[in-house]
Amino acid sequence: MSRFRAELNGQGELPAHWNTEELAARIRRDVVQMTHDGNSSHVGSCLSMADAAAVLYGHVLRVDPDNPEWEDRDRFVLSKGHAGACVYAALAESGFFPLSKLKTHYQDGSDLSGHVSHKGIPGVEVSTGSLGHGLGIGTGLAYGAALDGHEWRTYVLMSDGECDEGSVWEAALFAAHHGLGNLTAIVDYNKIQSLARVDDTIRLEPFADKWSSFGWDVVEVDGHDHTDLKRGLCWDGRSPDRPRVVIAHTVKGKGVSFMEDTVLWHYRSPQGDEFDAAMEELG
Amino acid sequence: MRDAFVARLTELARKDRRLMLVTGDLGFGVLTNFAKEFPQQFLNAGVSEQNMTLLATGLALGGRTVFTYSIANFPILRPLEMIRNDACYHDADVKVVGIGGGFSYGALGISHHATEDISILRSLPNMTVVVPCDLFETQEATTALARSPGTAYLRLDKSKAEPTEDVPFELGKARVLRQGADLTLVACGGIMEEVLAVHETLKSEGILTRVLSMHTVKPIDRAAIVDAANNTGGIVTVEEHTVDGGLGSAVAEVCLDEGSVPKRFARIGLRAGFSSTVGSQKYLRQVYGLDYPAILDVCRRLVRSKAIR
Repeated sequence: MSRFRAELNGQGELPAHWNTEELAARIRRDVVQMTHDGNSSHVGSCLSMADAAAVLYGHVLRVDPDNPEWEDRDRFVLSKGHAGACVYAALAESGFFPLSKLKTHYQDGSDLSGHVSHKGIPGVEVSTGSLGHGLGIGTGLAYGAALDGHEWRTYVLMSDGECDEGSVWEAALFAAHHGLGNLTAIVDYNKIQSLARVDDTIRLEPFADKWSSFGWDVVEVDGHDHTDLKRGLCWDGRSPDRPRVVIAHTVKGKGVSFMEDTVLWHYRSPQGDEFDAAMEELG
Repeated sequence: MRDAFVARLTELARKDRRLMLVTGDLGFGVLTNFAKEFPQQFLNAGVSEQNMTLLATGLALGGRTVFTYSIANFPILRPLEMIRNDACYHDADVKVVGIGGGFSYGALGISHHATEDISILRSLPNMTVVVPCDLFETQEATTALARSPGTAYLRLDKSKAEPTEDVPFELGKARVLRQGADLTLVACGGIMEEVLAVHETLKSEGILTRVLSMHTVKPIDRAAIVDAANNTGGIVTVEEHTVDGGLGSAVAEVCLDEGSVPKRFARIGLRAGFSSTVGSQKYLRQVYGLDYPAILDVCRRLVRSKAIR
């Protein structure tokens, strides 16, 4: 059985990392360290989804670090694969593999690639890196689970810029048409994509209306407020025959003041004084 | 071939409830019975080949064997990245079925000419590429692929050679359809019908050709190629496909890699690039030198030519 069942959270004596706030704080420090060590990009993308990752791994997902292949586990697909460091950190902090492995991220000979890979990494379901793949795969997983009457659920976390991809909307059409109530998409809506702000690139607004008109159950949350995230990811009262999208309003680079809401930190790697300052802010 | 495939898949689906067919909104009249008999094993993804392939991968990762189905280039080129990153990299049990290989849909124009598929797909890691030449091979390949985990491409076309059921089918092993040592003809796909006719004519002229059906282009049967290179008068490859990177290229690679240079060698395939000319499969084979007279001519000249080693 999962050690991360939602109903256990907040009850009795739990290890610190079961507290989602603490887990998020650890993930933030990990990803800054990893992108520093590996001189890699996308720290801003990792920081914006760190809270969602913490709530998922610390509260929502029924997964078992001691048995990553557990048949009835929930399936989580990171579709914005460039934030792989965030998922590696969440997995390591949750006990799927030793924290020391994070030091190899992005290094010669490592299997912790910049974009998330499942090969040899316990807990990663699907490798991604090219945007617009995750929702379709998640839809296939959810459709199969529904056919078989499985209770496990599928979660797909996407970026906002990713929603420029047509394949996202192909999957959105399909999931709604087939009433996949066991599927949850989460959009890390940090309003910044690769080169500029989303609004100055390809406008998504009215974003919630788009999903809604496609037939999805839409919940908008503050993607850094864990109570709000838990509300969005809660299954109570959910329509059994509509997929849900949780539009998580986030701030790119959240947690490090000088990284917040800037295009620069999509690619910039924290080095030198910037690294020291970031780690100091993160405690 | 399409009907033979669906017939065999129907038999397999009856025995294996984990087997599933996902179409990209094609197969009018062809998949109707399958859809009716197996509502839990049939899915129309709509006109969305990217999502069809992603869905198939998700279903496969959930424990199913999934055949995706569409015509010509649609199931392979539009979702090529999904095939590479998602199906192949995850070793997902996804079998991509393209009906209308080569010039099967010759009159429909270049969007429907599947003439680069073999070379593109055989370059993908973890991919098996199968190109049956007749109904027997189509059915046997369907069964073999359903039972062989992993990602594969099954290229079907409209033409077909006369079935030769006396030679067993095994994935990755060329079938020797005709024995001979003066020359070896290596072909894949329905164009084998032209090759077998060439064999008969040459036989009447006293030239005995070995005919190999290289139904599995990847992984290719290296031993059969080496044997043909070492022990026959030369090799001619025939494919309804560009010569750039297809069957002929694969055979040539094996010969040089193995140090078994054939005494004579020719590749017959499409060299003209895109065909803005349209017409039936038969007609376009003639236009591009892929039909019986053209193959016969190449073989006759090659047999008379001086050996290169």
